[in-house]
Amino acid sequence: MRFAFTDDQVALRDAVRDLLAKECPPEVVRAAWPEGPDDRGAEPGAGARSATDRSWVALADMGALGVAVPEAHGGLGLGELDWVLLAEETGYAGLPHPFVETSCVAAPLLAAAGDPGGDLPGLVDGSAVATATALGADLVPWGGDAEVVLSLLLDGEGPWTAHRVDATAAVPVASVDRARRLARLDVGGGTGLGSARDAAVAFDRGALGTAAQLVGLGRRMLDLTVAYVAERQQFGRPVGAQQAVKHHLADAAKDLHFAAPAVYGAAWSLAAGDAHGHRAVSTAKALASDAARRTGRAALQCHGAIGYTVEADLHLYLKRAEALARAWGDAAWHRDRVAWALGL
Amino acid sequence: MDLTWSDTEEAFRAEARAWLEEALAAWRERHGGRILSGDTAEGFAQHLDWERTLAEAGWAVVSWPAEHGGRDATRWQWLVFEEEYYRAGAPARITQNGIFLLAPTVFEFGTPEQQAHVLPRMARGDDLWCQGWSEPDAGSDLASLKSRARRDDERGGWVLDGQKTWTTRGAFCTHLFGLFRTDPDSERHRGLTYLMVPLDLEGITVRGFGRLDGDEGFAEVFLDDAFVPDDAIPGGVVLGGVGAGWSVAMATTSSERGLTLRSPGRFTATADRLVALCREQEARLGPDPRRRDRVVQGWMEAEAYRLQTLQTVTDDAEGRPAGAASSLVKLWWSELDVALHETAMDLLGPDAELEGAWSKGWQFSLSGPIYAGTNEIQRNIAAERVLGLPRK
Ligand SMILES: Cc1cc2nc3c(=O)[nH]c(=O)nc-3n(C[C@H](O)[C@H](O)[C@H](O)COP(=O)(O)OP(=O)(O)OC[C@H]3O[C@@H](n4cnc5c(N)ncnc54)[C@H](O)[C@@H]3O)c2cc1C
Repeated sequence: MRFAFTDDQVALRDAVRDLLAKECPPEVVRAAWPEGPDDRGAEPGAGARSATDRSWVALADMGALGVAVPEAHGGLGLGELDWVLLAEETGYAGLPHPFVETSCVAAPLLAAAGDPGGDLPGLVDGSAVATATALGADLVPWGGDAEVVLSLLLDGEGPWTAHRVDATAAVPVASVDRARRLARLDVGGGTGLGSARDAAVAFDRGALGTAAQLVGLGRRMLDLTVAYVAERQQFGRPVGAQQAVKHHLADAAKDLHFAAPAVYGAAWSLAAGDAHGHRAVSTAKALASDAARRTGRAALQCHGAIGYTVEADLHLYLKRAEALARAWGDAAWHRDRVAWALGL
Repeated sequence: MDLTWSDTEEAFRAEARAWLEEALAAWRERHGGRILSGDTAEGFAQHLDWERTLAEAGWAVVSWPAEHGGRDATRWQWLVFEEEYYRAGAPARITQNGIFLLAPTVFEFGTPEQQAHVLPRMARGDDLWCQGWSEPDAGSDLASLKSRARRDDERGGWVLDGQKTWTTRGAFCTHLFGLFRTDPDSERHRGLTYLMVPLDLEGITVRGFGRLDGDEGFAEVFLDDAFVPDDAIPGGVVLGGVGAGWSVAMATTSSERGLTLRSPGRFTATADRLVALCREQEARLGPDPRRRDRVVQGWMEAEAYRLQTLQTVTDDAEGRPAGAASSLVKLWWSELDVALHETAMDLLGPDAELEGAWSKGWQFSLSGPIYAGTNEIQRNIAAERVLGLPRK
């Protein structure tokens, strides 16, 4: 028994953390919004993707996009325990790219299926992105931008199937988190990819990676808020010295403190091929979804009205958290799957 | 990362499981199958018999060194034992305030002589310890406590005055450990001393009174010119030095909030029972998705607690102590316990009103957010020491 990451895993995490701190500050997340101003020279209103692309390319350059791709296909050949912390960091940064969909779901699934379309090199070097959607959701993040679009479906109580769908007919739609660049498209058809087991594992990876991003988003919102309430003065002292404010944030910290080990434990379950993998992933996704949502509400409440503006950074992460809390199965869906696993 | 138990741990589990099953059956039979609450006089005697059974077989304090009555078990084995203990439905430990709160402090601050005396007697259930922190006017604000201990050099000992209250099982215990003001001019955290006191001294009166569940689990302890000689405990009655009581006591409080008092086995076993109860009720009454959802939520939170603990034990073993995060842990387990029991009560429907294991457990769960430092106090601590928010 040992519940801790290896030094190598932590070192990779730290490298990605540093990279994202530099390449993906809030301005870059903002720049990914269609109307977002772009401090780095792109035309406002044009989707302003150049600055955001830099963070994607930087991730590719360090090998992070190919983290779960076998070495034979040019990747790092690592597993869930190696990338779960990277997913968390992309959540913390609010990275405006489909890291989980591309690197944790699509790339290893394509590799397992022998890369029939020859997409892997592009996904690994960052010149292409993939996206994925599950459970019949036809609002696909980055749906119009991706070279590869996968749909994971569940037939009643199984088996899972994976399809590559045609995204040429994707219709961009305005969404709450504009940096997610949603498009609506038909996810029913397409060509099958991989075995039912591959598809089931791909779904679990998507839910796990998203749960990890939610923990990261929660941490980010908490950090932003702690910094803010220590500065903001009312009644002659920092609002963070007020007990009601402290209690909101302590509760948020508590929920994140317990969601995180559930996420890491689920990563271990998948990596080890543990018999309770689905149950562990669903536990993680349900707890992380709820923790991130509650943290978002506490964060907003403690910011006061400044938090209720698009000028403060909080909204970038709050909106992402709400989107991810429901992506890949919401908390209720996952509790249902746990119930089923427990024989209820 | 490897979340599987080793063969050694599994062997330890099998041994504990087999022993517990047999010993529990024999214990219940000895008492005519009628086990009462350990917070009543008669029940306490039954539970003392159980404690001695544990001690004789070497299961009372598995993680302690063998020389003090333990079996040198690792923290991992301790967790395994706790899982098995609660899974088997073994009773709450009437010795827990001693073995989980005083003992870690004696290990850390006691002299070899104090350790050699206090620990084995505690393990065997010869001395039964209660915790004398709270006073009528010093609950959350423990540093305002007023009970005094006056030095009497002539007689060689301390004279105690004051009153302690909410003392769990104080009416049935033989000894009290507590904080006393030894410098009469001192304020707040200064001038306090941690003392170990036999309760049968002249000048000490103990009055038991009913908790929420009606059991006499609480006691008031009145100290009226009670003289405790230095040699009441070989090695002395002062633990950790005169005037050092606050820091010595704080070492105890963090084990109270964190791991030692509330091992995850306690909650995972309750969660598993809740799942079983849900299955039974659904078999009788048909599916009820709303309740099922809450059952699952409770189960998942117990699982998260288990995983978090595994992380803490690993971190601890590798020199990354949890520190103030034990406040978050206390919030989690106490709220989890209430949620599990409230859900069970709802599943039981009208039958929840009857006295029984769930209703008893529910009543006790309600105290979790109060004892071991109220949850409001824990939120303050977490906000200031985990998140670094300003104190003023
Ligand atoms: C089942 C049980 C067993 C116990 N066993 C023992 C024992 O064995 N030995 C022992 O010494 N004590 C024991 N206690 C006492 C326990 O430690 C105290 O009840 C606890 O510290 C709270 O003190 P109080 O009851 O005086 O409440 P108070 O301190 O009077 O608090 C009342 C309310 O005010 C809130 N409050 C107080 N101060 C603050 C603050 N600064 N900020 C925000 N909110 C605040 C509290 O959270 C609470 O909600 C036990 C209590 C229970 C319920």
